[in-house]
Amino acid sequence: MNGQPKLSCHNVWKLYGPGAEDYLHKNPEATLEQITAADLIPAVRGANIDIHDGEIFVIMGLSGSGKSTLVRCLSRLIEPTAGELHFNGQDLRRVSEREMIDIRRHKLGMVFQHFALLPHLTVLQNVAFPLSIQGQSKTRAEARAREVIRLVGLEGRETYFPRQLSGGQQQRVGIARSLAVEPELWFLDEPFSALDPLIRREMQDEFLRLQALLKKTIVFITHDFDEAIRLADRIAIMKDGAVIQVATPEELVLNPASHYVEEFTRHIPRAKVMSVGSVMTRCEVGQSDSAPGDGGPGNGDQVATIPENARIADVAHAVVSAAAPLTVVDETGNTTGTISREAVISVLIGPGPAP
Amino acid sequence: MALPRTALLWSGLFILTWLLSAWSKSLAEAMDLSWMVKYPTAWVFPLKDYISGAMRWLVEDATFGLFTFTDATRALAWLIEKPYELVRALLSSGFERGFGRDAVQIVPPLSWLAVLAGVMALGHYARDWILAAIVGTSFAYLATFGQWDSAMITLASVVIAVPIGVAGGLFLGIQAYRHPLFDRLLKPLLDLMQTIPIFAYLVPILFMFGFGPVSALVATVIYAMPPMVRVTTMALKAVDPEIKDFGIMSGCTRHQITWRILVPSARGSLMLGVNQVIMLSLNMVIIASMIGAGGLGFDVLSSLRRLDIGGGFEAGIAIVILAIAIDRLSQAFAERDGNTAPVSTEISVLRRHPRSFIVLAVLILSMSIGQFAPMFQTYPEAQTLTTGAFWSETVKFLNISYFDQFEAVKIFFLKGFMLPIKRFFLGIPWPWMIGIVVLLGWKFGDWKLALINGLMALFIVTTGMWSKAMITVYLCGASVLIASVIGIPLGVLAAVNKRAGAIIGVVIDTLQTLPSFVYLIPVVMLFRIGDFTAMIAIVLYSLTPAVRYTAHGVASVSSELIEAGVVSGCTRWQILTRIRLPLALPDILLGINQTIMLALSMLVITALVGTRDLGQEVYIALTKADTGRGIVAGLAIAFIAIIADRIISASARNARIRFGLEAAHD
Ligand SMILES: Nc1ncnc2c1ncn2[C@@H]1O[C@H](COP(=O)(O)OP(=O)(O)OP(=O)(O)O)[C@@H](O)[C@H]1O
Ligand SMILES: [Mg+2]
Repeated sequence: MNGQPKLSCHNVWKLYGPGAEDYLHKNPEATLEQITAADLIPAVRGANIDIHDGEIFVIMGLSGSGKSTLVRCLSRLIEPTAGELHFNGQDLRRVSEREMIDIRRHKLGMVFQHFALLPHLTVLQNVAFPLSIQGQSKTRAEARAREVIRLVGLEGRETYFPRQLSGGQQQRVGIARSLAVEPELWFLDEPFSALDPLIRREMQDEFLRLQALLKKTIVFITHDFDEAIRLADRIAIMKDGAVIQVATPEELVLNPASHYVEEFTRHIPRAKVMSVGSVMTRCEVGQSDSAPGDGGPGNGDQVATIPENARIADVAHAVVSAAAPLTVVDETGNTTGTISREAVISVLIGPGPAP
Repeated sequence: MALPRTALLWSGLFILTWLLSAWSKSLAEAMDLSWMVKYPTAWVFPLKDYISGAMRWLVEDATFGLFTFTDATRALAWLIEKPYELVRALLSSGFERGFGRDAVQIVPPLSWLAVLAGVMALGHYARDWILAAIVGTSFAYLATFGQWDSAMITLASVVIAVPIGVAGGLFLGIQAYRHPLFDRLLKPLLDLMQTIPIFAYLVPILFMFGFGPVSALVATVIYAMPPMVRVTTMALKAVDPEIKDFGIMSGCTRHQITWRILVPSARGSLMLGVNQVIMLSLNMVIIASMIGAGGLGFDVLSSLRRLDIGGGFEAGIAIVILAIAIDRLSQAFAERDGNTAPVSTEISVLRRHPRSFIVLAVLILSMSIGQFAPMFQTYPEAQTLTTGAFWSETVKFLNISYFDQFEAVKIFFLKGFMLPIKRFFLGIPWPWMIGIVVLLGWKFGDWKLALINGLMALFIVTTGMWSKAMITVYLCGASVLIASVIGIPLGVLAAVNKRAGAIIGVVIDTLQTLPSFVYLIPVVMLFRIGDFTAMIAIVLYSLTPAVRYTAHGVASVSSELIEAGVVSGCTRWQILTRIRLPLALPDILLGINQTIMLALSMLVITALVGTRDLGQEVYIALTKADTGRGIVAGLAIAFIAIIADRIISASARNARIRFGLEAAHD
């Protein structure tokens, strides 16, 4: 997470209404109440976000909290009222129309909530469309399009029209289309919200599979917290146009920045977000030989160690059914601590009554 | 409580107006106020002379430095004329060398069999064998009944006018979509263009382009383009914004967004616009036969003038058949929208384009055999059937045996219905009438509407059009009254009874495809010329919206309200009169509004049968090529239309608001 961010936005505002720019110029620190009192609609208020190479950055918030507006500002689909945008260090708000078109053709991809497929084109033509806009020859564009269509598992349907496909299949086309140009930065605006829950789950798996393969930098919008914690490396929570916390899913649950975030995360099963590392009993690194109690050769237990960054939910069964606390190791295999059955159970059923 | 009071107010005003109208003559004489009844000629503002002068200057003296205005119109005429001549040669006259009588045909036109095969192939391509059969039968009818040549001339005009109208409409529509300011400027202009009767634009066009097919084509394009402009702007606005965003995100340029994203996505709606352009073009090409378009319209017109009933009727039916064939074909194309499975490129060219090959084969065969056996080239004249004599005989028989009955009906209506209305409108002193128009605008709309109404009415008075305008109002009012009395019950019937609805739907659809000209023919035959004939033709032409809007309004009353009525024990009759009709009132009003618009546009055409209204004024201007007179009379008609439209739309809106409130109280 060090080095230059892929995309960073600094103090980005978007107000709707007449005279928004003037107003913001005069009141750069305007509060929500002041803005509404001035008959303006605050869609995004002073957002600061850095998105790093290769991460899945999720933007979360209730309906109307300004997620789409923020992402549309980041991609310059709409012009922010104020603020700075940098993409690979380049000032996005200063680039010319021509350069912006070039950046969009080669470096950005976007997937839309309602798929936004062109109704008059077949699957193949839809996927090849951005390539043909770049000016690639038809044969090359179609060859590449077939490749990505295979990647999303739609081969055999190249000649179908969008209306002949199910919602999930249509969104696969949308994903294939945005991947065809091999974008460096990939925006997805609630890509799975229009799908029913079972298909949504399937598409999330598909998405994770693709990301493991392609390692894109991703900005993903959702209003579904379950989806966010399944996919996110980091999550930004928005409320009334402001970004109120940016953190890993675990941090959000453990250290909510405000009461609002706490409310937001309350119903989330903690075992799904908390890692083993956050509840284990720490010990000196590298003491693997003299781990207390368990792990001895006489025990014959195969699951002797568990990784530190695993989610509790994934290892709960192993820990609870083990006779003694298990050893925890980090990525390099060094022992960092132990995890006991009590620790896991208290995460699973929640903390007991306060003493 | 408020309702009866206003009702009382309006009926009081009406009675007062009636009395005033009846006694105005004597009153004016007694009080020496005759200027109130008859607008003095000396006060007329000579607007029409100014317009004629400006037009003359434009044609004779205006110059843009390098070239004159006349050069510009000539260049435009050339651009339209060349493709028209090509298509006309292909379809009807063949390619000739030399001029006039010495002309020798070097290449004959497409054989009738080839054209027949062509349109059938189009029908099959656009939908299926049934459509191919319908279109084929229609064209075969044209051939067997000896209407082929005229029909092909009409078709040639449509073939040229439609692409120009569509391309122009698309262009203007896209500009309006891109530049909101242009959109706002264009809208009132389009409104005006659609309310000014067609004949009014024929006059200046005739002046600029002279008598002939070019004038007719220019008029056709101007007439048919406005709906395409509107449809384009609306269709582009209706494209899903996400799709547009996708276009931007893929790095499309503005040009690519328009042509590769927006226009193809909106194709379905755009095709409906194309269908409208086609139907309007056909309608106008028929009317434009007056300024030299030739073809079927000319046949009807000259038969009407000769009182050749059979000939007129046959040409009229040919128009109807051509219109239905073209309409079905273009609708099928509109509905087709890319449903074809893409064909693999591996199979042979012949298998991929079977229809084109069959048509080509028919073309080559029929034209080469046609060299020896002309019946393959042109449909043999000896084989044509004619029903002309039959129609003439029938009408003659009807006229002889039932003369008294027809005459009685006519006189009954004239004496008992039309003349009183006419006297009423002509008797009202013009300042009083203007006052009423302003009052209506103020009551139903706001002060702005009142002001606009007043200004438009003043225009009509000061340009010296008042009494003709009142005849227009009377003729139109009487026709609309009858159309409503017939149309509204039919609409109700169509809404409450499924079987009747289906039948009425078909009849109404067919009535709507017919060019306005056609309505005159049967009526003139039975009732000869005059106001009564005009009224019947207008009623027939303008009936459609009264039926359609009523049916829609009655059918779309929410079923919850009906159930509420049933539960509270209403009889079917009570449900109709207490629930459905009142709630359908806004729709019915809009239907009547449309009926008025159609009636006004038909009025000008009925000038052919000798009415004495503004329509006749336009028609006279046309025959004398008097631009100013035509434009002023045309504007007067447009203003009457606009006044009626604004008042009725405003009252429909009021009614909707009122019912919204009532429903809220329940
Ligand atoms: N073009 C616009 N004009 C005026 N207000 C707008 C416009 N677009 C968005 N808004 C307002 O900005 C706020 C944020 O909208 P936005 O679409 O970004 O919300 P969202 O978080 O994406 O919601 P959802 O989950 O429903 O998609 C909303 O209050 C909305 O009403
Ligand atoms: Mg959104």
